[in-house]
Amino acid sequence: MAVNTYSPGQATYWFLQGQVLFSIITLLGIACFSYILAKRLVPLLHGAPDPRFDRPSTRIAKSLKFWLAQWKQPRFMFAGILHIVIFLGFLALSFRSLSLVLMGISDRLVVQGFAGNVGEFYSMVKDYAATLVFVAAAIAAIRRGIFKPARYAVPEKYGKDHTAEAIFVLGLIALLLLSESVFDASGVVLHARQGQGAEALAPLTLAWMFSKALVSCPHSLLVNLHLGTFLIHELTFFAFLCFLPLGKHFHVVTSIFNVYFAKLDRGTVKPVRWDVANLDEVKSFGVKKFEDFTWKHMLDFYSCADCGRCSDNCPSNAVGRPLSPRFLSIKARNYSFEHYPVFGSAKESQPLIGGIYSEDEIWSCTTCGACEEECPLMVDYIDKIVDLRRGMIDAGNVPQSMQKPLKALESRGNPYGKMEKKKADWTKDKEFQETCKVKILDGKQRADTLYFVDSITSYDDRIQAIGRATARILDYVGEDFGILGAAEKDSGHDVRRFGEETLYMELRDHNVEAIKASGVTRIVTSDPHAFNALKNDYKDVPPVEHISQLIARQVKVGNIALNPVENPDAVYTYHDPCYLGRHNQVYDEPRNVLDAIPGMKRVEMDRSRDHSFCCGGGGLMLFYEPTEDQRMGVKRVQMAAAAGANVIVTACPFCMVNMEDAIKVAGMEGKMTAIDLTELVDKQMVRRNPEFYVSSRTEKTKQCVVIR
Amino acid sequence: MTVEILVCVKRVPDTSENEIELNRAGNDIERDDLVYSINEWDNYAVEEAIQIVEKNGGNVTVATVGSEDDEEVLRRELAMGANHSVLISDDAFEGSDRAGVASLLKAFVQKNKFDLIMTGAQAEDGAAEVGGMLAAMLDYPFASLVDSIDVMDNGKLIVSREIEGGNKEMNEMSLPCVLSIQTGINEPRYVGMRGIRQVASVEIPTLGVAELGIEASTVGKSAAKVQRTDYFVPALGKGAEILGGSREEIIARVIELVKAKGGLK
Repeated sequence: MAVNTYSPGQATYWFLQGQVLFSIITLLGIACFSYILAKRLVPLLHGAPDPRFDRPSTRIAKSLKFWLAQWKQPRFMFAGILHIVIFLGFLALSFRSLSLVLMGISDRLVVQGFAGNVGEFYSMVKDYAATLVFVAAAIAAIRRGIFKPARYAVPEKYGKDHTAEAIFVLGLIALLLLSESVFDASGVVLHARQGQGAEALAPLTLAWMFSKALVSCPHSLLVNLHLGTFLIHELTFFAFLCFLPLGKHFHVVTSIFNVYFAKLDRGTVKPVRWDVANLDEVKSFGVKKFEDFTWKHMLDFYSCADCGRCSDNCPSNAVGRPLSPRFLSIKARNYSFEHYPVFGSAKESQPLIGGIYSEDEIWSCTTCGACEEECPLMVDYIDKIVDLRRGMIDAGNVPQSMQKPLKALESRGNPYGKMEKKKADWTKDKEFQETCKVKILDGKQRADTLYFVDSITSYDDRIQAIGRATARILDYVGEDFGILGAAEKDSGHDVRRFGEETLYMELRDHNVEAIKASGVTRIVTSDPHAFNALKNDYKDVPPVEHISQLIARQVKVGNIALNPVENPDAVYTYHDPCYLGRHNQVYDEPRNVLDAIPGMKRVEMDRSRDHSFCCGGGGLMLFYEPTEDQRMGVKRVQMAAAAGANVIVTACPFCMVNMEDAIKVAGMEGKMTAIDLTELVDKQMVRRNPEFYVSSRTEKTKQCVVIR
Repeated sequence: MTVEILVCVKRVPDTSENEIELNRAGNDIERDDLVYSINEWDNYAVEEAIQIVEKNGGNVTVATVGSEDDEEVLRRELAMGANHSVLISDDAFEGSDRAGVASLLKAFVQKNKFDLIMTGAQAEDGAAEVGGMLAAMLDYPFASLVDSIDVMDNGKLIVSREIEGGNKEMNEMSLPCVLSIQTGINEPRYVGMRGIRQVASVEIPTLGVAELGIEASTVGKSAAKVQRTDYFVPALGKGAEILGGSREEIIARVIELVKAKGGLK
């Protein structure tokens, strides 16, 4: 590389030598940035512990996928690609920026080993990167400033619009790139005039264009431009760096850490305290004040890029409930910035509920996980919601409509307050009993497989049909199975997610003991909530399977043959239950089963698989009375209709309750029906004995009052 | 001003979590499979008492007349935030009628100093009698079906009462007094297992004949002037109809019936 005779370090800026000036700017910039970062770290040090230092290889792999490869970005294609360009461009340019900063301090600090081919190659890469980033930033600015996608809007109750900050940062990025390019271009032209042999600039890049434009520029102006743009670059660089931790662009710094320390275990809920095993020793449960959040959850708040993808996918937000996951993060970040200011000491802690959050906001979440699935920065939401609910439960702050079911769970082991001895009554339907005997594993009878029924399937008149269909399928494939009957209590899945950890633990301990006493070697359930509880919340129980997985396997090996679809006009669509799909990644098995039915016409809704839209929530959510404009279920059945379907197949008892209600509310009776996968399979199974087939078809529900 | 409050509570079979059936003798309900909870009205009274004390200072004491089994509701109310609790229990008290219960509570009140005494408006298995009788025995002013309480600086209360038909009556009362509390006066806070566990080891004093200093012959079965003679589920009268069929059929029939009676136009 040619010796730069117009080195900014050697030049004189006003009365100061460049080297001195740039050393001062660099020192001040780094000091300022470090000071702000240190201040930002303060709340994290006050946060609750969170062990995120395990499984480094998994974490590195995750970081490569979700940070470096920006895996989730293309889920929003246009914005995603813009972001990938800016992100990768930044990575490529960071080296250049660093070397420019060093160059200002001393010519000798110009990174060695970057001469020759490597240097030229890098030079070309960064020139194109700069140009692409500039274009992307310009498009992004136009998009935000002029087209204003609805996703970025800030409803009045959540504060001021964030567009100005976004445009300001895009402006800083543009200034950084322009100054760098002009500096480069002017340098090349100056060198060429000196006859030192010009470095080739990559064609059609910003620097290349500037170099063409500057060819006939007067010498003194060219020198001033060269030195001036260097100064501008230097100032912009440090201004940008110090601006990052002051707002949503902090993610530029924190994202790599946030992704590395992201939650690894799907379907689980964090314990009340990571550091205390005996919960009786914990004085206060859950998150009541900001400092009750774990340090990682605080890092989440810093890392939120305000992109709105979570809220765009949030069903609560979609039906007008007072919850927008994006603002859970933004409000907490604002709180943190205000209470742990850059200048001055920390302010006194305020209660979060009644402060930045409202009770309804926190109860509105169905824990469907759509927000977490979408977040490119792997921000946790469910754990925070659950922690906030734990805090409210601990303070006795529970909606009246949910106190009765919680009390009933405590005294009767189910939210309906039904008698324990009636838990197996669903098996006593006369016609059902004639064809299918269900063993009760009470010590006198034994079986290999436990069918874990759970409360709603045991007690709800409509949903009991799912239990009977499941039992008939298990019977059909020759499974040696039984149920716990009165000894089975509610799985507690949603008790836990509603923040009542102590009650959940009671239910879990009771069930684990009952399951162990039954001597079964495996568990099957038709309820994805129970499935998730047994699989991910409980410890030391035999392996668990959802009935759809068992059916898919049996269909595949030919143990279940399915009759063709009877109604030629039926168009089916499969609705992914949140706790089967997103939380447990069972997407294909139910679809494979459906596709195995001859003559099956099946369409996909726009929002399917990991994009699935929650039906309205299960478990205790059935008892919650939200403020909303519309039911989630109604939106969902409309989506099914829009996809051209007239039968919604689901695989969750709660989805069934919500779908059937929604079909009525939406006035779509006769046009749309909902059926559980087990009911459909039960209906389509080729019976070995034709009479059996006929008798089981005639089952009709008598007085069908859904207990709610 | 600080307020010393006594709330009289009762443990009752939870009507929402039990299927109430008669026992074979036909003199009581079948109690084997029952689950119990605090009488709902009493729970509102305790919540109101806690809120008054949170605002004005003072103490909330909860008391029940019963047996050891009834400790569970006292613990629940302690977990809710009551400061003290007492169990009024003695073999001699068994079989007391409601006047007997009131006289036991009166004896307890007279051994202490309470500014305000609250009861639920009624018990789920009761007759809404004890509160009024207690007030009369103590010669305290009494207001029933209270649905709001304001403690004034001058030591008086402004209480509102719910009047049939949705009207409200405002009353100024002086302390000490007895109030029977209507549901809906507040939103009682949730008490979970954790809260109950935290008060599991709190000692609950039991007061018997000696501690209350009463004549054993004035309470209990022998002194009861009212005796329960029978207990039964009334036979279905004419005009009661249990609707059958599918949910849709039931709904259609209900609408038809209501329309026929002019309830829907």
